[in-house]
Amino acid sequence: MKFSRLILANLFRKKVRLLLTLGSFAVALFLFAFLAVVKDAFNRGGSLASANRLVTINRVSIIQPLPLSYGDKIARIPGVQRVTHDNWFGGVYQDEKNFFPQFVIDPENQRQVFPELLVADDQWNAFLKDRQGAIVGAATAKRFGWKIGDRIPIKTTLYGGGAWEFNIDGIFHGQRKEDDETQFWFQWDYFEERVPERLKGLAGWYTVKLDSPDDAIRVAKAIDAEFANSPYETKTDTESAFAASWVKQFGNIEFLILTIGSVVFFTLLLVTGNTMAISVRERTGELAILKAIGFKDGSVLILVLVEALAIALCGGILGLVLAVLAIPVLGAALNGMLPNLILSKSMLAAGIGFALLVGAASGLLPGIGAMRLRVVEAFRRI
Amino acid sequence: MVSVNTNGNSSALIQVRGLDKTYWRGGEQIDVLQGLNLDVDKGDFVAFMGPSGSGKTTLLNLLGGLDVPTSGAVSVAGDEITHMSRGRLTEWRARHVGFVFQMYNLVPVLTAYQNVELPLLLTRLSRSARREHVEAALAIVGLRDRSHHFPRQLSGGQEQRVAVARAIVSDPTFLLCDEPTGDLDRKSADEIMALIEELVSKHSKTVLMVTHDPVVAARAHTVLHLEKGVLVEASKPRENAVAGGGA
Repeated sequence: MKFSRLILANLFRKKVRLLLTLGSFAVALFLFAFLAVVKDAFNRGGSLASANRLVTINRVSIIQPLPLSYGDKIARIPGVQRVTHDNWFGGVYQDEKNFFPQFVIDPENQRQVFPELLVADDQWNAFLKDRQGAIVGAATAKRFGWKIGDRIPIKTTLYGGGAWEFNIDGIFHGQRKEDDETQFWFQWDYFEERVPERLKGLAGWYTVKLDSPDDAIRVAKAIDAEFANSPYETKTDTESAFAASWVKQFGNIEFLILTIGSVVFFTLLLVTGNTMAISVRERTGELAILKAIGFKDGSVLILVLVEALAIALCGGILGLVLAVLAIPVLGAALNGMLPNLILSKSMLAAGIGFALLVGAASGLLPGIGAMRLRVVEAFRRI
Repeated sequence: MVSVNTNGNSSALIQVRGLDKTYWRGGEQIDVLQGLNLDVDKGDFVAFMGPSGSGKTTLLNLLGGLDVPTSGAVSVAGDEITHMSRGRLTEWRARHVGFVFQMYNLVPVLTAYQNVELPLLLTRLSRSARREHVEAALAIVGLRDRSHHFPRQLSGGQEQRVAVARAIVSDPTFLLCDEPTGDLDRKSADEIMALIEELVSKHSKTVLMVTHDPVVAARAHTVLHLEKGVLVEASKPRENAVAGGGA
């Protein structure tokens, strides 16, 4: 490209200013990537949810239990293939900061309802025979360095306190990269044996596997109708709707992220726009001479725009590289408070697009100013 | 041959007919040029003199297609430029006009070579052809050995030589020089004027120059005086120089 030397020379004209502008782009793109992965982590439940699964909770709230006897009644509703029940354990390993999700599971139906979470048969069979057995997700096993055969204590504050001992009998893996491998499963019988009397015979929620996704609305209505006017009325949703309502408990994450993102966008636009405007204003004389010797208005506009886009692209790539390096570290530092933070290719592409958009927007006004510059007036000013 | 009183047809390279330029400043009308006529032949070297505000630079801007007249016409080599669109005028400038300014106006982040190459970036010339042209132009101004120096590494006289090389590199039809020695000491000014004279005599360039300096003006073939927007006199430069006490 014939003009590359001119563009490069202009870019490196004020090195400190260039570094600061690149830095502001890098920080903004890093923040963009981080917000994108956090939003994705919150919403992943919905995107990973199976279309042929329903979740039934207590109509009042998910923290209110449902009788275990509901399982058989739900299983008899036409269109239901399998039903499993779960409970939230809410423990920590050794220290409060070592949080991860633990579920009391129904071993008879777990694997049939959640076939995407894979456990080797020998490990599963060992688990079935072990009352204190546990199956742990690969991410959590890796995080704490657990291996099969380890005996580990989990402290809980919900069910009478104290530490519960478990034997790691197996490690499950998700079929997809996005599957949640932080969960910890243990036997319902062990749970029933140790919880206070008032909590026995109660489940946290039911997950229902359907014969066909087409039955979802009909079966959900049938389940809720079955338990209408009972002491434990139910609320049944598709798994994705359940995941979305779960996220809403944390507040309007989408709005929050959009707000922060917009503030970053406009701040960056002002910073880079101002930088480009100063840069163009400083070069009024040079731009005038370029136009005098034959550079057309459009060429001058393109020169300014390419400069702005080059800064945006380099700063953006720098920020995204930082994000690629730092997000796994930040994810680990969150101690399982969020599902895996995954920076996907589409997020990186969106980041580059965002950077170029800001670059183009910030270069446009100064570029138009340069384009409209009248040579005679410019020479009169300098 | 330069003529200021003609208003008929001629075969001159540059023909100016009835040129008016009026500005409005603070509600006041300022008639900078009034009904100006001028013919300049190929190979002429013309100096415009006159007090500040007499319209010298305005005339140069109009001849170079940097500004448009209020009325009248400017033709160069048969092209009537006063009615050209902005885009066409820019293209025309690139082909026909070489500019030399008082403050050199080099791009400070480019080397002498790159500054001289700038007008050629707008042509279809290959990189090697551009190199040939740039080296030839730098050789004419005597700065081949400084081609990789940045403007800040050159003296004022050398910067102006680079500006002259940039003006001639695309072999334009004529050169417009606006106070080319105005920012130089006498020795450097003499060198630049010798260079411009050489461009006229050896390379048959047509040069129109604005200057305040009678010594500099005396080196032109013709000196024209602009007073209150009117070309009032065309005189022999040597006579003027003697009358003004110059060389």
